[in-house]
Amino acid sequence: MSSYIDKIKEISKKLLTDGQVDMIIGFKKGTIPMMNEPCLVKKVNDVNHLVWDSNCRNNLANYLAGNKNKVGIIAKGCDSRNIVTGIIENRIKRDQVYVIGVPCTGMIDKEKVSSLVDGEITGFSEKDEKIIITCAGEEQTINKADVLQENCSICIHKNPSIYDELVSGLVEEQTVDRYEDIRKIDAMSSEKKMNYFDDLFSQCIRCYACRNACPLCYCPTCFVDESNPQWVGKSQDSIDIKTFHILRAYHCAGRCTDCGACVNACPMGINVRMLTKKLEKDCLDKFNWEAGLSLDERPPLDTFKPEDPEDFIK
Amino acid sequence: MKVIKIDKQQWATGIKSLKNSYQLYAPVKEKNYYNFRKLKKDTLPDFDQLNTHLSPKSIVFPQSKVMFEYTIDEKKDDHHLMKEVGKDYSPRAIIGIRPCDAKSVSLVKMNFDTVDYKDPYWLSAYEATTFIGFACNNPSNTCFCTTANCGPYHEEGLDLLLVDSDDHYLVKVITEKGESLLKASGWGLEDTDASIIESMKNDAEAKITSKINTDKLHEKNTLDLHSAPFWDNVAFSCINCGTCTFVCPTCWCFDIQDEVHGNDGVRTRNWDSCMFPLFTLHTTGHNPRGEKHQRVRQRFMHKLKYFVDKYDKGIMCVGCGRCVRLCPVNIDIRNVCEKMNIYEPAS
Repeated sequence: MSSYIDKIKEISKKLLTDGQVDMIIGFKKGTIPMMNEPCLVKKVNDVNHLVWDSNCRNNLANYLAGNKNKVGIIAKGCDSRNIVTGIIENRIKRDQVYVIGVPCTGMIDKEKVSSLVDGEITGFSEKDEKIIITCAGEEQTINKADVLQENCSICIHKNPSIYDELVSGLVEEQTVDRYEDIRKIDAMSSEKKMNYFDDLFSQCIRCYACRNACPLCYCPTCFVDESNPQWVGKSQDSIDIKTFHILRAYHCAGRCTDCGACVNACPMGINVRMLTKKLEKDCLDKFNWEAGLSLDERPPLDTFKPEDPEDFIK
Repeated sequence: MKVIKIDKQQWATGIKSLKNSYQLYAPVKEKNYYNFRKLKKDTLPDFDQLNTHLSPKSIVFPQSKVMFEYTIDEKKDDHHLMKEVGKDYSPRAIIGIRPCDAKSVSLVKMNFDTVDYKDPYWLSAYEATTFIGFACNNPSNTCFCTTANCGPYHEEGLDLLLVDSDDHYLVKVITEKGESLLKASGWGLEDTDASIIESMKNDAEAKITSKINTDKLHEKNTLDLHSAPFWDNVAFSCINCGTCTFVCPTCWCFDIQDEVHGNDGVRTRNWDSCMFPLFTLHTTGHNPRGEKHQRVRQRFMHKLKYFVDKYDKGIMCVGCGRCVRLCPVNIDIRNVCEKMNIYEPAS
């Protein structure tokens, strides 16, 4: 996938030179191994700073909202679905974005990679679908498929759902059981479920990185930041912490694309997807809905259809 | 300075003895990360890591701390009166704090212990704590302590410094508080040859190759830096989460909140973050730092300019590298520091 970069640069140069866009949102090389930084490129000469590899894990759709300019954006499958969601929700104007689509083969989980070696990783490169890391002066080659982020390993929409141009041919989509873990939690007793979620969120430091990394979380004032009235306590009380996570997940119901930005951003490695994925599964089961695939269909939670399930009405 | 030797075979016995007179906090592995936790009866400090994921600042300055409790039940005589809650300031020791994190406690002390005001909660916890450092022989690639007025064997803020040397620890006795702890441990107080420490220190310092330049920060004009053109660019990728501030050992900002459940209320102090818009929101609705770039600028200006000018003690950063490692979008304080240090306004 790192071979995409030449095409990304070529398209970006053309768009900026022709004045088709005012700026490009992409990634530049990070300062530590396995990290890149989202960046804004306004000048043709700066296009050379752009990079593409398996560490472009942030969801760039997060940087689109409120933009008054015409913007080119490099979009993986999940990013593109969030662009669609942003357009449907009137956050983004379709004619203001030029989507440079990336058929994605997945992003790597840097913690998974780190856990494979006994020491600090000092170098990273990739070729085809192999990852080459340096640790204690020695190189080690790993199959990228073995260290994919969990959401990427079960991704069924690797190709962008919306694009103006693609950086390569489409990649093959997989058929996979996405909800094995959710079914396991569903099968737990209430007490076990409570213990599971108590444990899941026990290390949360309330930095809100999960919320802020999420392109869906754009409320001008989040409910946890409301001070009059104040809905949620601010301390490390575990009920307040879970209230935040559960309510945030519900706000993302029918909108979440399982891009994994929340989990990547969490400094404590909390798999907050275990809430959003359950709601994603419900939307699929009840409404046959997957977010961000089409500009022509309204999401299930902002529309009514006579065939919507009503079995919750007793 | 006195240096004693603890045979590693005697280590567990001493730790066990210390648990009789101190609450011991030390690195333990929980889930994927090492963090400081109160040691359980049979647990030993786990030094098999470069540094803990989070700093131990919460031991002295908890993320949430109940200060008062009260009732609003008017049938009760003491309604609407704030009552201090019982607090435990019995002796505690942090075993294995890295020199950078210990130095950060000294920096934070400058805020909580001033001529005009002394924070009773922070100071009581601080005074109850003995800081036992653990010298870094294998620093991380993101450590830049040697150019942040600190170092892998730095002693500021420590009562004892442990140096891992093969089958034993060499212990530098820095304060009387440290010596008292040693007496309680039963490890003995016999002076030993410590000539090896200097060369180990030099080796460790040489391993730290990541460096920052801070020499010109003080002479820069504050308003020039404040209006420098690079802030928009620095702030672009920032998602305005509180990660950098919460993982930073030197960030000290807090908020005070009342919480009432039924008729019972508590007044709590919680960590706050200058990255959050709510941090500066006025009751009028006006927010002097309403924009993202203003908040990002504030964080770096505070650490690298305002603090430098106010205290003349260098930067408000010890080079632990946690914000570099944990920022979800890879904003790197080392780069921002360089931009500030070399900035010259267009004339």
